[in-house]
Amino acid sequence: MTERQPVDSVETPSPGNAASAWQIRRDRLRFHLRSLRLAWYAYAKDNAALGALIFLAVIVLISVLAPVISPYDPAEAAGAIAAPPGTDGLILGADVDGRDILSRLFWGGRIALLVGIGPTVVATLVSLFIGLAAGYFGGWFDQILMRIIDVVFAFPLVLLAIVIAGVLEPGVWTVILAISIALTPYIARLVRTTTLNVKQQPYVEAARAGGAGDLAIILRYILPNMIPPVLVFATTLIGLMMVVGSGLSFLGLGIQPPEADWGTMVAEGRGVLRKAPHITIFPGVVIVLVALSFNFIGDGLRDALDPRRRSR
Amino acid sequence: MLRFITGRLVLTIPVLFGVSVIVFLLAHLAPGDVTTILAGPFATEAVKEKLRISFGLDQALPIQYAKWLGHILQGDFGTSIANRRDVADLVFPKFVNTAILALSSAVLAYIIGFFAGIFAAARPYSISDRVVMGVTLILGNAPPYWLGLLIVLLFSLSWRLLPATGMTNIMGGGGAWDVFLHLIQPMLTTAAAPACIVARIVRASMLEVLSQNYVRVARAKGIRRSVILRRHALRNALPPIVTICGLQLGYLLGGVLFVEVIFAWPGIGNQLWQAIQARDIPTIQGATLVIALAFVVVNLVVDAINAYLDPKIRASEKAGAT
Amino acid sequence: MVEPILEVEGLKTHFKLREGMLKAVDGISFSLAPDEVLCIVGESGSGKSVTAQSILRLIDPPGHIVEGRIRYRDKDLLDLSDREMEKIRGDRIGMIFQDPMTSLNPVFTIGEQIAEGLREHLDLGKKEAQGRAIELLRSVGIPNPEERYRDYPHHFSGGMRQRVLIAAAIACEPDILIADEPTTALDVTIQAQILKLLAEVQRRLNSALILITHDLGVVASMADRVLVMYAGEMVEYGDVKTIFEQPKHPYTIGLMNSVIRLDDQHDNELRSIPGTPLVPINPPPGCSFRTRCDAAHAPCETEKPQAISVASGHLVSCHLMRSDGRQAGSS
Repeated sequence: MTERQPVDSVETPSPGNAASAWQIRRDRLRFHLRSLRLAWYAYAKDNAALGALIFLAVIVLISVLAPVISPYDPAEAAGAIAAPPGTDGLILGADVDGRDILSRLFWGGRIALLVGIGPTVVATLVSLFIGLAAGYFGGWFDQILMRIIDVVFAFPLVLLAIVIAGVLEPGVWTVILAISIALTPYIARLVRTTTLNVKQQPYVEAARAGGAGDLAIILRYILPNMIPPVLVFATTLIGLMMVVGSGLSFLGLGIQPPEADWGTMVAEGRGVLRKAPHITIFPGVVIVLVALSFNFIGDGLRDALDPRRRSR
Repeated sequence: MLRFITGRLVLTIPVLFGVSVIVFLLAHLAPGDVTTILAGPFATEAVKEKLRISFGLDQALPIQYAKWLGHILQGDFGTSIANRRDVADLVFPKFVNTAILALSSAVLAYIIGFFAGIFAAARPYSISDRVVMGVTLILGNAPPYWLGLLIVLLFSLSWRLLPATGMTNIMGGGGAWDVFLHLIQPMLTTAAAPACIVARIVRASMLEVLSQNYVRVARAKGIRRSVILRRHALRNALPPIVTICGLQLGYLLGGVLFVEVIFAWPGIGNQLWQAIQARDIPTIQGATLVIALAFVVVNLVVDAINAYLDPKIRASEKAGAT
Repeated sequence: MVEPILEVEGLKTHFKLREGMLKAVDGISFSLAPDEVLCIVGESGSGKSVTAQSILRLIDPPGHIVEGRIRYRDKDLLDLSDREMEKIRGDRIGMIFQDPMTSLNPVFTIGEQIAEGLREHLDLGKKEAQGRAIELLRSVGIPNPEERYRDYPHHFSGGMRQRVLIAAAIACEPDILIADEPTTALDVTIQAQILKLLAEVQRRLNSALILITHDLGVVASMADRVLVMYAGEMVEYGDVKTIFEQPKHPYTIGLMNSVIRLDDQHDNELRSIPGTPLVPINPPPGCSFRTRCDAAHAPCETEKPQAISVASGHLVSCHLMRSDGRQAGSS
C-alpha cells in the first residue's frame, strides 16, 4: 500500500488555474478508479463472495427475463394438480392449482428482489438524509431523532412490519412501505454514528480551518466515508428483508394470489405438505439461497472496502 | 448497580410514551372509516354517527389519545371488535403462552448457540468448525415459517412422532407432558435462527478475544488451554455476546409471530394475526402494546446484565457509593 | 564451559499466507548459559518476536515451527505434548511482552493474574498464592501491594502494568526469562526504570535472560552476547564486546554506524542504512541483505551465505567472510 496517495494532497495549487484544476480532477478520478480496482481485486479473491455475486446475477437475469424464459404461464394450470417434479414435463412439478412451479419461481424472483431491495434502498436514502443532518448539525433535531429511533427500537422489527402491513391494504407496495418504516431507524443510527466519527477527524478540522463550507465537508469527506459501512450493512439487510417480506406474504399481508411470490408459494403448499412437499420446499430453498448470497456479498464487500483487511 | 438501573428506568419513560403514541396512531393508519370497520359495510350513516360519538372519534386526536392512554393506564385496553370481549382479557392470557414459547426457545437457542460457538472457536478453521458454521449459516438465513413447515413435515407427517398443532389451552387438559410435546416443534423452529446467530457471534467474539495480548500472556504463564477458554476468553467475550443475545430476543419475538400461526399456538402472535384478518383494531393495538412493553423490559434486563459484566461500570458505582 | 540451559538449533518458523510462505524465522541457532543475558536485535519484522514466541511454542496458525530443535535442559521442547509444554511455560520459562496496556486481562484484578500462575504451577492454595503475589508485587516496586492486589488493570499506568507483568513472569522463579521489547511502549523515563528492574530481577533469580530490543544502547549496557537478525535469518552472533567493537557483517556495521556513540573520537558521520528491509515472503535465493548491501557481489545473488565461525563464539553469515576470519574479496 505504499503507493497510496491521499486525495487531499493533490488539491492545493493556486485557484483559478484552469489547467491545474482539470488536472486535479483527472488525478482524483484516477485515484478513485484505482481504489475501486483494488477493492474489486480484493473482492474477487473471495470465492464465496464471487460465487454469490454470480449466482445473484443469474437470479436477476432470470427475474428480468421471466416473461421470455418461463416455460408456462405462471397463473394458468400447466399440469396435474400438485404434480410431483419431473411429471407432465414440469421440471419442478406443479402446485395445488396445477401451475408450473418453475415458472412461478421465475416470476416470483421479481417480487422477491423488489421486496428485498426496495425497502432497503428507500430506508437507506431516507436514513442518509436524516442521519447526516442529525449527526452533523446535532442540536434539537438530533435529540428528537434519537428519541424517535429509541421508540421504534422498542418494537421488534418484524412486529412493526406485520402491524403496519396488517392495518394497511395488503399488496406489494404495502410490504415495501411497512418494511421501509421498520428498517429506517437501524440504518439512520449507523449513518449518524459514522457522521459523528468522521466529523471529529483531524482532516475535517483541517478542511474547516481551510474555509470549507458544511456542504463541501459533507460531500467531500463525510459521504465518501459513509459509503463502505452503509453499503455493507444495506447489502446484508437485503437478504433479511427479503425473508421478512416473503413472511408478510406468507401471512397473507403482502402479495395476494394469484400473483407468484416465494412466500405465498410456501403458504400455498401448507395444506398438502405431506402429499406434495415439493410445493413448499422449492420456494423456501430459493429464498435461503438468495438470502445467503446477499450475506456472502456483504461479507465480501466488508473485507474488500476495508484497506486494513484487504492487505492481508 | 442500583443507580445504573434506576437511571435506565427513567430513560425508559419517554420511550414508553412514544410507544403508546405509535400504537395509538396505528388505528388511524388504517385506510377507510373506522366506523365502517366497526359496524360493517351495510350500516347506515346514523348508526355510524352514533358509533363515532360513543368511541369519541369526533374529538381532536390529542384528546382521543389522552382518553385512550388514560384507559390503558387503568388496564382498560378497550373492547375487541371481533368478539366483543375485553381486549385485556383476550391478550394477557395469550401473552403467558407466548412467554412460555419465547422463553423456552430463547433458552434453547442460547444453550445450543453457546456450545456450538465455543466448540467451533476451540478448533478454528478445522473441518468440524467449517461444518458447524456452514449449518448455522444456512439455518440462520432460513425463513422461520418455512423451517417450521419442514419440521412439521419431518416430525409429524413423515415420522409421526409429535403432534403438529392442536394446542388450545396450555393450562387445561393434557398436563405438562402434553404441553411439552406440543412445545417441541414450535420451540425448535423459533430457536433455530437465533441459535445460529448466537453460535456465530460466540465464535467470532471468542476468536477475537483469543487473539488479544492478554490471552497470549496467560498462555505464556502456562495456564491450561481449557482454563484460558473458560476463564480468560469467555469472561471477556461475554459482553458482546450478551448484547447480541438481547438483540436476538427481538428477532426471536418476530419469529414467534410466524411460528404461532403455523403451529396454531394460542399465543399473542396468533391473536394478533387473527385480529389483523378481522381488522379488529383494538385487539391489534393491545397485542402490539403488550409485545412492545415486554421487549422494553427485556432490553432493560440485557442492559443491566451488561453493566454487571463490565468491571469499569461496577467499579465506578462502588467509587460513587462511598 | 558451562552446560547451556537452552540450545536452539536451526529453528524455522513459517507462516502460510495467501501471498505465499512468510519465512519469519529461517534457521536461527544459538545457545544460552544459565545466567547469561542474550540480546536479540534487528529491525521490525526481522523475526525477533517470532523467535521468542517459538521458544515457548506460542505460534498460532497460520504459523508453524517447521524445523529445528529447542533443547531446554535435557528435553527438546518441540517433542513435548501440549500439556507438558504448559507445565514449562510460566514455571521454568517466563515471558514479558511488548505492550503492557493490552497484556493484562481487563476483567480480573492484577493480584488474581499473578496468583493464577502460582496456583497453576506450584499448587498453592488461595491464601498462600495471595501472600506470594503480594510479596512479588512489592519486589517489583509496586507501592502498597496489599491494596493494589485488588485493583483492576485500568487503574495502573503503563509502567506499573509492566512491573505487574514482570512480577507475573517471575512468579515461579523461572530458569529463563524472555523479554520481548519490554520498554517499547513506555515513556523514555519509565523505560530506564523497567530495564533496571529487569536487570535486578535477573541477577536476583540468577536466571538467563533473552532480551529482544532494537535499542543498541540497551544492548551495550545489558547483554553478554548478541544475536543480530535480518529478514528471519541470523546475520551475526557473538559476545557483546566483539559485536560492538569488531562487527563483521555489513548489516551489523550499518547498525553500529546508525547510533551516536559517546566515546566516538573520530567524529564519524551518523548514517542510516538505505533501503527498506526485505519481507521474507517467498524470498528469492541468495543473501537477504544484498539489496541494501554496498559490498554485494555475484555469489550474493544466488547463494545463501552460511554462518561462518570467524573467531571463537563469533558467527557471521556473509559471503565476504572466510573461516579464517579474514575478509574475502575486496572491500
